[in-house]
Amino acid sequence: MKSKLCIAALLVAFTSLPAFAQQSAKIDPAVVERYVKSAFPKVPEGWQSRVDQDETQRVCTQYHNEPPKAEFDKILAREKAAVVYPADGKVIGNWKEGQKVAQNGRGGQFSDPPGTVSGGNCYGCHQLSGTEVSFGTLGPSLRSYGKDRKFDPAEAKLTYAKIYNSNSVLPCSNMPRFGYHKVLTEQQIKDAVAYLFDPESPVNK
Amino acid sequence: MKTANIFSALAVAIMLTAGGGVAAQNATEVDAEKELERYRAMINDPMANPGYLAVDRGEALWELKRGTKNVSLQGCDLGEGPGKLEGAYARLPRYFKDADRVMDLEQRLLWCMEHQQGLDTADVIKRRFSGPGRASDMEDLVAFIANKSNGMKFEPQLKHPKEQEVAAAGEAMFFRRSAIMDFSCATCHAEEGKRIRLQGLPELFKPGEQARQTMGSWPTYRVSQSALRTMQHRLWDCYRQMRMPVPEYASDGITALTMYLTKSAAGGEINVPSIKR
Ligand code: HEC
Ligand code: HEC
Repeated sequence: MKSKLCIAALLVAFTSLPAFAQQSAKIDPAVVERYVKSAFPKVPEGWQSRVDQDETQRVCTQYHNEPPKAEFDKILAREKAAVVYPADGKVIGNWKEGQKVAQNGRGGQFSDPPGTVSGGNCYGCHQLSGTEVSFGTLGPSLRSYGKDRKFDPAEAKLTYAKIYNSNSVLPCSNMPRFGYHKVLTEQQIKDAVAYLFDPESPVNK
Repeated sequence: MKTANIFSALAVAIMLTAGGGVAAQNATEVDAEKELERYRAMINDPMANPGYLAVDRGEALWELKRGTKNVSLQGCDLGEGPGKLEGAYARLPRYFKDADRVMDLEQRLLWCMEHQQGLDTADVIKRRFSGPGRASDMEDLVAFIANKSNGMKFEPQLKHPKEQEVAAAGEAMFFRRSAIMDFSCATCHAEEGKRIRLQGLPELFKPGEQARQTMGSWPTYRVSQSALRTMQHRLWDCYRQMRMPVPEYASDGITALTMYLTKSAAGGEINVPSIKR
């Protein structure tokens, strides 16, 4: 009875894993790039780097986000080195501004008027405040994030790095690299950290 | 009369969804979703789905003589033989010998316009997506033609080496991460039961019920846009969310993705135009 349950649970666990590796058809990457180019033949000035992949995107694509150890370590080292911390060492900004960053999903789209302020759209993927029910589930819940970490400044610094460059903590994470790609400014990232680490923030209420 | 009532009820539901603002929408959005669900059930009646107006317009366009050769599209071969519409959509994209290319429905229609009607397609392409006061020939034609495969099942065409290449390229593009958010299609569509904010995300990377239902329901009448939309528009919108440049309409890259999605949807029943949020 009990062992049956365990097997059932295991089966569920396995079948619910995204089974990427199973079915990839073989194709020369150069041919794929030809198709990509056909879809994006006319690119506005400054946007070609969005179509082309950087090394991390390329490797994560190649391994469907599950790179072997050697590649994993290479990405980790490269992305860690790419994190720029605030010069004054202060990583915690204003949580009220951070809430705006978390709510705002605009910016960077071809339909956005010039000058649109970009957000982090954290709510697109995470639960944060207990009162906001419109949240996505692509990422883990961040309810009580700072409180659970006893508002430890070292943890806040790690979180700054996570938001600046998610891959510096977990290579091939599905979370965007907000600082690395300059989607968010240093100040916006500090404010997002405050949203997670200020005891007054609704995230910790 | 009945139609008019349903339209105004729908309009209210849309206003509820659209008017939520950034922070305060929660309860309203959930309610609006429920309302929409209710109206969706109500307008299951084809006579009340505004998408069927596009089907009618598409039929007229199919028969309209135009271009330098002043002929209709009725001689266009969509894969089943000239003028044969039944089941054509269920077997697209596919390889066409005369063009030596794999084409989706929209690429093929443009090809017939250019080669058989002698029509300058610049204006048709400019109106590829309809807007207020601007009808789209392509949306209307796709609605009409796809509707002729209702009740049939997707049979992805994968025998020709070029069809196989297109499907493989589409799969690779589905997993290809790029741009300033590092997104690929798989970021949002690789796991069942995930959502962005409150929007449910179908799992599309492998054969299954979600892929079948998704593909079997396009083209669709988008209530929030008051327009009939095709898969070209859906992928345009997803690439927008990915912060990529505007994807080229009726390009081989978009057809590759459509082929891959159709492959995942093999056996799925077509019932279009559907109606969606
Ligand atoms: C497109 C989806 C997405 C968006 C948008 C997103 N995240 Fe994430 N986030 C994830 C995923 C997936 C993970 C889990 C994998 C990982 O740790 O990298 C994650 C993990 C995290 C973690 C680590 C959680 C832990 O286990 O300790 C933090 C902190 C975080 N996100 C904060 C944010 C903040 C703040 C924002 C907005 C500025 C944001 N995220 C936007 C997807 C996202
Ligand atoms: C950042 C998230 C995101 C990315 C990346 C993304 N999509 Fe989507 N996709 C969505 C959302 C949101 C919807 C709308 C779901 C709804 O209306 O409920 C959607 C809808 C769709 C649909 C129609 C689903 C239906 O039920 O009718 C298809 C097909 C699709 N996406 C394919 C793709 C493909 C192919 C790519 C890559 C080129 C892609 N998506 C990339 C978020 C995304």
